[in-house]
Amino acid sequence: MDEALLRRLVPEVLTVLVRRGAGFAEAEDAVQEGLLDAVRSWPQDPPRDPKAWLVTVSWRRLVDATRAEGARRRREERLEAEPTAGPVPSADDSLRLYFLCAHPALTPSSAVALTLRAVGGLTTRQIAEAYLVPEATVAQRISRAKRTVARAGLGESGDVATVLRVLYLVFNEGYSGDVDLAAEAVRLTRQLASVVDHPEVAGLLALELLHHARRAARTDATGALVPLAEQDRSRWDTTLVAEGVAVLQSALARDRLGPFQAQAAIAALHADAQRAEETDWGQIVEWYDELLRLEDSPVVRLNRAVAVGEADGGPAGLAALAGLDASLPRHSAVAAHLHERCGDPTTAARLYAEAARRAGSARERDHLVRQAARLNSAG
Amino acid sequence: MAKHLLLKHYRGAPAGVNDVPMDRWTPDEVTAHLRYMDEFADRLRQTGEYVDGQALSPGGAWVRYDGEGRPPVTDGPFAETKDLVAGWMVIDVDSWDRAVELAGELSAAPGAGGKPIHEWLEVRPFLTAPPTVTE
Repeated sequence: MDEALLRRLVPEVLTVLVRRGAGFAEAEDAVQEGLLDAVRSWPQDPPRDPKAWLVTVSWRRLVDATRAEGARRRREERLEAEPTAGPVPSADDSLRLYFLCAHPALTPSSAVALTLRAVGGLTTRQIAEAYLVPEATVAQRISRAKRTVARAGLGESGDVATVLRVLYLVFNEGYSGDVDLAAEAVRLTRQLASVVDHPEVAGLLALELLHHARRAARTDATGALVPLAEQDRSRWDTTLVAEGVAVLQSALARDRLGPFQAQAAIAALHADAQRAEETDWGQIVEWYDELLRLEDSPVVRLNRAVAVGEADGGPAGLAALAGLDASLPRHSAVAAHLHERCGDPTTAARLYAEAARRAGSARERDHLVRQAARLNSAG
Repeated sequence: MAKHLLLKHYRGAPAGVNDVPMDRWTPDEVTAHLRYMDEFADRLRQTGEYVDGQALSPGGAWVRYDGEGRPPVTDGPFAETKDLVAGWMVIDVDSWDRAVELAGELSAAPGAGGKPIHEWLEVRPFLTAPPTVTE
């Protein structure tokens, strides 16, 4: 059973059904039923044309389900009008599917679950494993999301910006279970970039590729976090870096800068350095200034302070940090790093310990505790 | 998108507003209280925010290693502790605000006189895998 093929077919089949006039929620259910049929019968009896097979079976399932609901005559009229296996969906159709799944009426977690299933072709179980929640919880999330989309109306579906936010959420989740969400986000963003010509879609794709390229180096053999400066750069995936840089360059050439392109530019400057000391921090600060112009947020200012500290020294970094709310996530970690650069290990150790207490993830906490311990045991 | 633990305590939390021990309620009040908790969990299943929930027996013990070849030392069965966890619920919600909102709802479970008990619940975010993008 070719799972990758099935996953690729899901959005295409769904699009065909919706275009034939089926409601999105009903069509999605029918495609899931069709998938189950495929899993049952394909191993013994592989179809000649998998997509046509899946369209036919899903459509039959849709007709069965709607018949069972009782509105017989209208459905049968629709059955009469059933077209034969049609052409592949057009670019606009598949784009519409992304928009539907990122509908602004959905909460982020619902939009993510619906996108992974309807566009990504993941099963409910795979999504549940990836997010470490019960399968029933994900099933509810998806069916509520479908109801919300149906109620809110297809006319006001999301736009590219909401789709990009959803994909970025998926990308940032990392992975657990048998689906790698970061890789899945890259696949979906790549697919989106192939149907829509938009500099920020390219920007997100570049950003994801550049971060994904560095993933193997981000943790050591024990799973502990390795900071950027200490990463073994020979473990970066140079093919992905090259692709990310190429995608970014052609996006930047369009001269319609957006936050994803600016973040990708920063990631590209990191990826460009053979050794940490060769990082062009001056240019990185300039890109942070650009990013602030596009999207002023405390988190961006915090990251900029790190870059300023590297470009112009610890005191300049601390000056850039001044005025930012100390309760921001990672604020004390950044302050600790800058104080250490200023040659004040006592303050740095105290701040690292505080940052560890406030860390959002176990690995970050472990890393920060180790930093505090390093300074404390050296003194 | 973020899991939170709602902790209910037998003792250790500040007293609730309607602070009458459960064994002084009427049987109907107890039933209403338990039903409220069940319905709360069901509602979260419907919204796709429920992960897990369990009640804990108050009887337990502290246990520690006592050296090579020796059985572990236990202290108890009634541990000398000011705090005692009665049970938990794990929820997966989109924001801290939503976690607080839900804890507030759970705290409104009816108690003596059919009035909300206004008990204190502890809400703790889970530590998770780090986001992919941190630098």
